[in-house]
Amino acid sequence: MAVDFTKQMKRDYTILAPDIFPTHMELLQEVFALHGYHVEVLHDEGPAVIAAGLKYLHNDMCYPATCAVGQQLYALTSGKYDPHRVALIQFQTGGGCRASNYIFLLRKALHNMGMDYVPVISLSFGRYEHYSGFQITPLMLFAGLRSLIYGDMLMLLKNQCLPYEANPGDTRKVVHKWIAELTEQFRHKKGLTPKAMQKNLCAMAKDFHEIPRTPRACTKVGIVGEIYVKYSSFGNNGLEAFLLSQNCEYMVPGVLGFFQYCFANVEMDHKYYGGGRLKLLIGHKAEQIADSWENWLIAALKPYPEFVPPVSFEKVKELADRVIDRGVKMGEGWLLPGEAAELIEKGYTNIICAQPFGCLPNHIVGKGTIRRLRELYPKANIFPVDYDSGASKVNQENRIKLMLAMAKEEQHETARA
Amino acid sequence: MKQLGLDIGSTTLKYVLLDEENQLLSCRYQRHGAKIGERLDKILRQFETDYPGEDLVLTVSGSAGLGLSESLDLPFVQEVFAEKIAAQRFCPGTDVVIELGGEDAKILFLTGGFEMRMNGTCAGGTGAFIDQMASLMQITPSELNDLAAKAETIPPIASRCGVFAKSDIQPLLNQGARREDVAAGILRAVVNQTVAGLAQGREIKGNLLYLGGPLTFLPELRRSFDEVLDTTGLCPENSLYFVAYGCALANVGQIVSPAVVRERLALRAKTSTYRHQPPLFASKEDYEAFSARHQKNSEGIKELSKPNGPMYLGIDAGSTTVKAVLCDKSGNLFYPTYQPNRGDPVRIIRAYLLDLYNAYPDIQIVGSAVTGYGEKLMQTALGVDHGIVETLAHYTAAKKFRPDVDFIIDIGGQDIKCFQIKNGLIDSLYLNEACSSGCGSFLQTFADTLGLTSAEFAKLGLFADAPADLGSRCTVFMNSSVKQAQKDGASIENIAAGLSVSVVKNALYKVIRCADAQKLGQHIVVQGGTFYNDCVLRAFEMETGREVIRPKFAGLMGAYGAALYAAAHSGTGVLSREELENFEHKVKRAVCQGCQNHCNLTVNLFSGGRRFLAGNRCSKPVRTEAAKTSRNLYADKLSLLEKYRHDAPDEGKQTIGIPMGLNFYDLLPFWYAFFHALGFRVLVSPNSTRELYAAGQHTIPSDTACYPAKLMHGHIEWLLSRNPDAIFYPDMSYNVDEHLGEDHFNCPVVAYYPQVLKLNIPGLSQTRFLCDFVGLHSKKQFQKRILEILVQYFAPFSRRQIAEAAEAAYAEYEAYHRAVQAKAQEYLAAAKQEKQPVVVLCGRPYHVDPEVSHGIDKLLCGLGAAVITEDSLSPLVEKFRADVRNQWTYHARMYAAAKYAAGSPDDLHVVQLVSFGCGVDAVTTDEVRSILEAAGKDYTQLKIDEITNMGAASIRLRSLFAMLDEKNGKRS
Repeated sequence: MAVDFTKQMKRDYTILAPDIFPTHMELLQEVFALHGYHVEVLHDEGPAVIAAGLKYLHNDMCYPATCAVGQQLYALTSGKYDPHRVALIQFQTGGGCRASNYIFLLRKALHNMGMDYVPVISLSFGRYEHYSGFQITPLMLFAGLRSLIYGDMLMLLKNQCLPYEANPGDTRKVVHKWIAELTEQFRHKKGLTPKAMQKNLCAMAKDFHEIPRTPRACTKVGIVGEIYVKYSSFGNNGLEAFLLSQNCEYMVPGVLGFFQYCFANVEMDHKYYGGGRLKLLIGHKAEQIADSWENWLIAALKPYPEFVPPVSFEKVKELADRVIDRGVKMGEGWLLPGEAAELIEKGYTNIICAQPFGCLPNHIVGKGTIRRLRELYPKANIFPVDYDSGASKVNQENRIKLMLAMAKEEQHETARA
Repeated sequence: MKQLGLDIGSTTLKYVLLDEENQLLSCRYQRHGAKIGERLDKILRQFETDYPGEDLVLTVSGSAGLGLSESLDLPFVQEVFAEKIAAQRFCPGTDVVIELGGEDAKILFLTGGFEMRMNGTCAGGTGAFIDQMASLMQITPSELNDLAAKAETIPPIASRCGVFAKSDIQPLLNQGARREDVAAGILRAVVNQTVAGLAQGREIKGNLLYLGGPLTFLPELRRSFDEVLDTTGLCPENSLYFVAYGCALANVGQIVSPAVVRERLALRAKTSTYRHQPPLFASKEDYEAFSARHQKNSEGIKELSKPNGPMYLGIDAGSTTVKAVLCDKSGNLFYPTYQPNRGDPVRIIRAYLLDLYNAYPDIQIVGSAVTGYGEKLMQTALGVDHGIVETLAHYTAAKKFRPDVDFIIDIGGQDIKCFQIKNGLIDSLYLNEACSSGCGSFLQTFADTLGLTSAEFAKLGLFADAPADLGSRCTVFMNSSVKQAQKDGASIENIAAGLSVSVVKNALYKVIRCADAQKLGQHIVVQGGTFYNDCVLRAFEMETGREVIRPKFAGLMGAYGAALYAAAHSGTGVLSREELENFEHKVKRAVCQGCQNHCNLTVNLFSGGRRFLAGNRCSKPVRTEAAKTSRNLYADKLSLLEKYRHDAPDEGKQTIGIPMGLNFYDLLPFWYAFFHALGFRVLVSPNSTRELYAAGQHTIPSDTACYPAKLMHGHIEWLLSRNPDAIFYPDMSYNVDEHLGEDHFNCPVVAYYPQVLKLNIPGLSQTRFLCDFVGLHSKKQFQKRILEILVQYFAPFSRRQIAEAAEAAYAEYEAYHRAVQAKAQEYLAAAKQEKQPVVVLCGRPYHVDPEVSHGIDKLLCGLGAAVITEDSLSPLVEKFRADVRNQWTYHARMYAAAKYAAGSPDDLHVVQLVSFGCGVDAVTTDEVRSILEAAGKDYTQLKIDEITNMGAASIRLRSLFAMLDEKNGKRS
């Protein structure tokens, strides 16, 4: 049934990927190039992309599917690409959430468009499908995950400098400089060894530290939520830009955390449902490795106390345990309230829980945990915001404005006391 | 400096002007009719006249004020926050504020932990909702209030969102329920919506303040709140202006000259940045050509000026309108009428007929037929000969205009119906789901809020240069898209045009789910009152790329089809003039005690002793003799499960409570046997009811979760009130593995809902709530894990005890499923012999709950089918590869059952039940449909929620059976 991605295609085809994690994808693209795949990240946004998604997907399908699949379908019909020389790629987690079905929906859409011949690649840990010309080797997986560390670091530093920069534009310049620098290193097969990474991470922290900044009182906002609308500005109607315009400093936990969460779930699965020891060992090992990489990032930030580093993932697990059972593993699962607790403890007490309208796991781990989080942290100001093709930006922004008004009130009260 | 506080909401504009000492100089509350700029300009001009040369301090608030403040560069205060400032200033000592606005509902908890809440995206409007409902009843909101004061009972009306409530109200009205009661039900729905949607477990008590338009103007709404909250709230003076006051008093205003603001306003009007689409008509000539073409299409059918021989009457008693027409033997029309049903269609048709008899005393009406929601009522009341299903009526009419029609779309007040015609037979049928309904009446209501008639509104958008892109989801979402477009400066013309396009897109992409509008058909006939709107018609042609046919009597097609049907079938006519003059109609309400659905019945009594019952799902209250033995596996499953409810209280045993919902409908035999073997008394909560739901409603954190999940809150409350020693409801990522798919997950909601209950129901922390994680797919691992769990709560059990209990549990589970399968085989065999159609009512195990499936199984039996379940067939199917990731056990059963039906030569049909909010079904419905359609089998989908509107389900199922009858060569 599914069209194979052949070795020939590996040479000749462009693989179109949706823009899931804005900064990270640019680096991932280079990692793919390093292994011989020509991946292009799509940046199309706007109503036409949504329309393409809505047209070919079930309207009750989650909004991330509308956006991410919509980008690919739009690209195919845009005339920019030869449909006979492109393949499409989507992440597939294989979890109990309906996101596991994106690649099938994509294939159904292609069928309806009369483009069954376009190969669709599932990017996943599990070997759900086999392609003669596409394979994730351990080396590539390593490189990919490591590139995420860079992405996380850039995102973290950018978010903490942007609201305070003395000369507008400085921060983005440094971000671009580093993306260019890393791209260059990757192209020369450099920058992904432990030593190189630690060196780069330290240099990054230093560069951002040197951006001239003026202290000002900003409202601190933490963003948690469903993985797509949390990171993608296309998915969340430019949430970050809006927060910046409202005088906020926001923090979004790193992408690596999601992978650490996936690895940690192996242990929980074993605990609750049994199964082979080998999988457990692999899960443990993966967790350890990811933790050690995370430590490089934390260590690089040490010399600059003005930057708030991420807490260790072990700590996130502990925090999550206080809110919900870590057996909840579909979608963002226990990671969502874990990160919310992390952010609140760091002083980002105003939490936006960004979720697609009707997202199933979010009934549980999003809206379902707010009451408990408030019990644990009475000062926390948590607002769920629904994103959807039919939900209007003005309603979303009005709710966020309410949250910010409450935050100011809280600051006021604290100042008075 | 004088202060001007402006509060611009979705429908109204309010302002207060304060002097230097914060004393009120003037204030005003007005509907802005989307002309925000003009209104503000007027206010500022007034200021210039009253206080020449003075500057002022201006602050803006409100959902529509947000955009204005940005584009005019004025300070903004979030409205809930403004309200808090005003409440603290004017009513110190207030504990809770409830404010209802046009589209927002808000609760502020001022004491005991400050919190502010606003309604979510899906909760719909409140003030706008009351407006909509009032216009549905053809009265003003204040008349609605007066009616509510005289209510006797309060009928339950869905409170999730406006669109749902509407689906409850419309049938009530059409069935002849008392208008006073319906009015009170509408207000109560608003109260429930606010309390359930916003309080989320936090108790509303202490000094309560009511603010905003609806609560100010409608004392009955306040009374309803008082009753539900068991308190007496205060509606202060100035309750309309709290936001405007708070805004002025917030101290963030900016000194500006009114002239400068007016200049900015003028500038803003010129720059608009909203999302838009191509205009509908390029030029006047374009429109004229279009009009002329549509004129021509209806030339073949004459409208008579007087009766022509024996006449045939056709009535379409629709959800919002009634239509009636007569025709002669050759199909020429006579004496058409099209009017709102005003909640009393019988009265309207009676008046129509009396007028007719007066004008043409010699008229001979020799046959009659009725279609639509009010079909049965009309038949009984007026002695109409035939009742026919709407699809048949529409097809009959469309054929008259275009014999080779292959696609018909009808957009009425509340329904969208589309069907394809293949080989002269109605083939696929699409009806809108409860959620997207209301499109036609949505335009109507919107026109009303602008103070325009539908015809005026239709003209408005014709030459819009850049119609706003308002999305294609439910109408509640459209309301906020309209808000957004207004914010971005879209003119009212462009909004009117945009709404018309949205109605069309909604029909095409959401109801029909067509990927390519050009593949619908060659010869399309469009009908229904909504297509009188040329903007809608044009948008439809643009979107489909086809020139379609709109009959001159587009809104009458149902009635016309019924008349044509009457002309082709023998009948006797309709009540005579004398009978109509002496006609009486009384309405009584009753609750049926026939089964636990406890339907609210409306008993209509007519002169001559004719009696009509509405509101019932099955035929039980109608027939006195025992109903024919029906083959209904849903009912059988319920009675099989009933046997686990017989444990009597036993002093010597510990009691373990089980909330009967979600996966317990599959696993109860397992857990019952397991705990029974361990020496527990098992206490199972009863089947769900609306009351049970209401008891748990206040702790639901996410209102958009599916109804079966939300019911669990009520089951837990029921159990808590019985004080068992423990409540057992395990989390299960994985379901039993039936080897039908690539994995065997539960959906996220079924898997983890126990966590939601634990985190949100305060009572559970006072008891032992066993919500640990466990799986049943490995017998060995299960024993190990369940032992680990139980030792945390009870005196330890031996491994052997556990092993034996587990053995008994797996055996009981097997036995239960074997019994279900055996029953299905028995029904299949008997049905085959008797040539009875069989319906696989494809759902999840918990759809057996009568409160979830609303008696759809009984409805099917009533229509003459045998009903079996998906899980009774799935074990007979070999694992196969689906075109989706087949990873959920319950859904794998549905695919397998569809596969079975697809491969069966028998009269076996699939009707899929879909719970609203079930995200997984966005995947499964398309897949089940494609499995069936690949084999040339029909597919029907029914969307269900807490609504009890059986009308839509009934039309769909009757159409299905009419379709089958036609296919089998029978005439219905």
